[in-house]
Order: sequence, then structure tokens, then C-alpha cells
Amino acid sequence: MYPDNLYYTKDHEWLKLEGEEAVVGITDFAQKQLGDIIYVDLPQPGKVLEARQAIGSVESVKSVSDVYSPVSGEVVAANSELAQTPDLINKDPHGQGWIVRLKIKDKSELNNLMKAADYEKYLEGLEH
Amino acid sequence: MKKTRLNAVHKEAGARMVEFAGFEMPVEYKGIIDEHLAVRTRAGLFDVSHMGEIIVEGPEALACVQYLTPNDAGKLAPGQVQYTALTTPEGTFVDDMLVYCLSVPDKYLLVVNAANTDKDFAWVKEKAAPFRVFVVNRSDEHSQLALQGPLAQEILQPLTDLDLGQMKSFTFAFGKVAGIDCLVSRTGYTGEDGFEIYTLAQNPEVIWKAIMAQGTPRGLLPVGLGARDTLRLEAKLMLYGNDISDKTTVLEADLKWIVKFQKGDFLGKAVLEKQLQEGLKRKLVGFEVLDKGIARPHYPVFAGGRQVSEVCSGTFAPYVKKAIGLVYLPIEYTEIGTEFEIGVRDRKLKARVIPTPFYKREKK
Repeated sequence: MYPDNLYYTKDHEWLKLEGEEAVVGITDFAQKQLGDIIYVDLPQPGKVLEARQAIGSVESVKSVSDVYSPVSGEVVAANSELAQTPDLINKDPHGQGWIVRLKIKDKSELNNLMKAADYEKYLEGLEH
Repeated sequence: MKKTRLNAVHKEAGARMVEFAGFEMPVEYKGIIDEHLAVRTRAGLFDVSHMGEIIVEGPEALACVQYLTPNDAGKLAPGQVQYTALTTPEGTFVDDMLVYCLSVPDKYLLVVNAANTDKDFAWVKEKAAPFRVFVVNRSDEHSQLALQGPLAQEILQPLTDLDLGQMKSFTFAFGKVAGIDCLVSRTGYTGEDGFEIYTLAQNPEVIWKAIMAQGTPRGLLPVGLGARDTLRLEAKLMLYGNDISDKTTVLEADLKWIVKFQKGDFLGKAVLEKQLQEGLKRKLVGFEVLDKGIARPHYPVFAGGRQVSEVCSGTFAPYVKKAIGLVYLPIEYTEIGTEFEIGVRDRKLKARVIPTPFYKREKK
């Protein structure tokens, strides 16, 4: 279910490493919890973020949730498709529903993140 | 946590379950937007068995109901339903509810909000003491299904011996649905045509499954509490605890149409009369958010450079496709078209008072 090539956080973001950059989104679990997403608050490129700092927010019919940066870095791009079709996050949370692209400041921070198997175990724990 | 008799059916259907008013209830199956639009354009089926059913019975049942409520239950003939409230002596809400007239003047069914059932039952019992009546809480024995939407009648008709075409809005009748004894009323909480089906049977899943089988080919969806909330808000139907409470009067809630001053005494009458005479200081109005963003309950509301209140209900409305909500505003800001601001986290969004209901179905 959860791709092996991604890193995961306890707040239900995923991170995909692409060279010196990282693509970040929210997990399938997170989008299911939120339900139909209708609005995404995106950051401007150039914004510098600390790890666990809010990148922006994702709003569904029934709730709003902040999205946190899994690692420190600078926003290189935000997924502008989401302005018109925010439900890409529901349809393809780990792919076309990506939220931002970051230039990673310190790759050692990746060690603080979970791999797919650990994230799945973490989710099982939440459901009990 | 309590479970309705349809709990297993929801889990089988893959519903996301949440706690609501002490019950484990389905919040959504396919998604709030799909479910909402199904009810507006086709039909939706809801389990609302968590609602409370209180029976007031005895020679003075009508007199008792008249004393407890502002609307005129004396106008009801058997088979008729009325929207009304349980009011405090201050003219505020203990709850809002439907009154079903089972027999004049001696038997009435009160259908109340799940979260308030115990409180309401205690209230009615206490206030009914001077009247020759019995008050019985029959909530646990009842299951309630709601079938709502433009196709509700054609989906239900093949399953019942009742002639639904003859049944007017806000009336009810006893009959069989899928072979099970039911009370069927042409009422709902969505702004659409539809039916609410009450039964004392232990196996209401038979009714649920028969309706789903009948309706699925026509686009019927099971609908959870999430879309129930967005549907009722588009139709500007009140939610107790959000829009009305024991802190808001019936007149402030803009429900003057359920207050019948001529009918005789009732709890809160004197206060409401005085309020009507002196004029309201604040009133519940509908708004739309003009900037991008969604106003949600308790977000602060600003007008004239100061905070004047907070949002009661607020959501994205899937059919009218706007961020809408309800708020009590000082009376000088309640004219249609008046602009004000809503604090959404670190921003202030512009909002405007607009006419309600936000959605009104076209009458055939």
C-alpha cells in the first residue's frame, strides 16, 4: 500500500528523495481522514522552513489540517495544479497530489523519518 | 458507546465511523461531496436511529405539549407533524424537535436530537408533572431511517403498501416497508423531498437492504453524518449546539414562524413577547465567504473594527459550491448585503450577509 521509496512522518506526510531535493505530500491515510479536499493553502517558492514547521494547510469539507515539512529546507516549487484541482490529493496522494518541492538543507534529517514498513506499523497502532 | 441496529450494515459498506452523541455512527461512505450531490440530484439513505423518541400520553397530553412548545400543536390532526421547540422560561432552546400527533388530544410523539435525548426527557418529565400525562422515553426501541432526495418516492413506493403519492409534506402514516411495520413520515433534514421511517422492529437492516437494492440502480447512495450536516446547512435547518442553544432565543434564531403568541401560555412566552416588542439586539443570519477559505464553527467574527461574535455553523457547501455559514450578528449588521470579516487562523476573510436558505429545491 505505502510505497517503499518514500519516507513518512508521524503527522502523515510523505517525502520522496530526488537528488538534493525532496517532494512532499500527505499520505493516503491522511487524505482518507480528511475526506474530500477542496482547498490547499500553498507556500511561495523561496520560503525557508525548519523541520516540522507548517508548510501550508489542506482543507476538506469537514476539517482543516496543517501540513508540516518533514525536513528543513527551502521551497523550490509548489504544486500549482492543486489550486484548480485540490482533489488530486484524494485521487493520487503519493503521486500527482504532491504539495511542495524542497531543497533539502541537511540530509541527515532523513534518519528521523519512517520507512514504509514502520509507517504501516505506526498506522496499525493508531487504529487500536 | 451505543450502537444502532444498523451498525454492522455500515461497517460492511465500508463507512468511516465516528462517535456522535454517544453513538458509533457513519460519518461518510464514499465521500461527503458525492453523498451530498446524490441527495440533491437522486437520493440518499441515512441511519438516524440515534435520534430520540419521547411519547407524551394521557388526557392532558395536548395541554402539556402546548405548554412546553411555542408552536401551536392544537392545529395538528392525527397524522400531522410540526416543527417546534422545547423552550426555557427565558425563551431559549432546550432543543428543537418534531411533534407527531398520534391522537387528539391524548398522544404525541416528540422526536428530539440524539445529544439532548436524556436532557429533554428529564425536562419534559419535570415540566409535565402538573399535567395528567405519562412521559416515556422510547428512544432505544426505535430505529429510524431517512430516505431523501427527488427519487425518494419512486424508490420507496414499490416497497410499501402506503400510497406515497397521497402523502403530503409534514404528514405521516402507519404501514409496512419491506414487510415490516413502520411509521412513515414525509419529513427530513436535507431540504429535499423524502421520508423518515421509524420502526420498533429488531431487524431494521431488512428495510435498509431493501431500499438500497431498490435504489442503487437509480443512483441511491448511503449517506453519513458529514453530508447530513452540509445538506441541512444549505437548507438552513438548525443544528442544536451550533446555531441554537439555551443561550439563544427562538426570535433571535429567526424562527418567529414557530412562535404562536395567540395560542395561550407556554414556557418563555412573556420573554419572547417582550423581546418582540422591544426589538432584537442580534439575529441569526446566513453568510457567504467572499475571500478564498472556509469559515468553521467558533471562528471569530468582526464588524465595525471589533469582534462581535463567532461563527455558529460554517462549511463548504457542495451543491451551491460556496463557503457558507450562520452567525449571530448585532442587528445593525444583519441587512442582506452587509459585509463583515471572519478570522481564519492568521487571516481575516471578507464575508457577506446573504438571503437564506442557501439552497431551496424547486417545487414541482
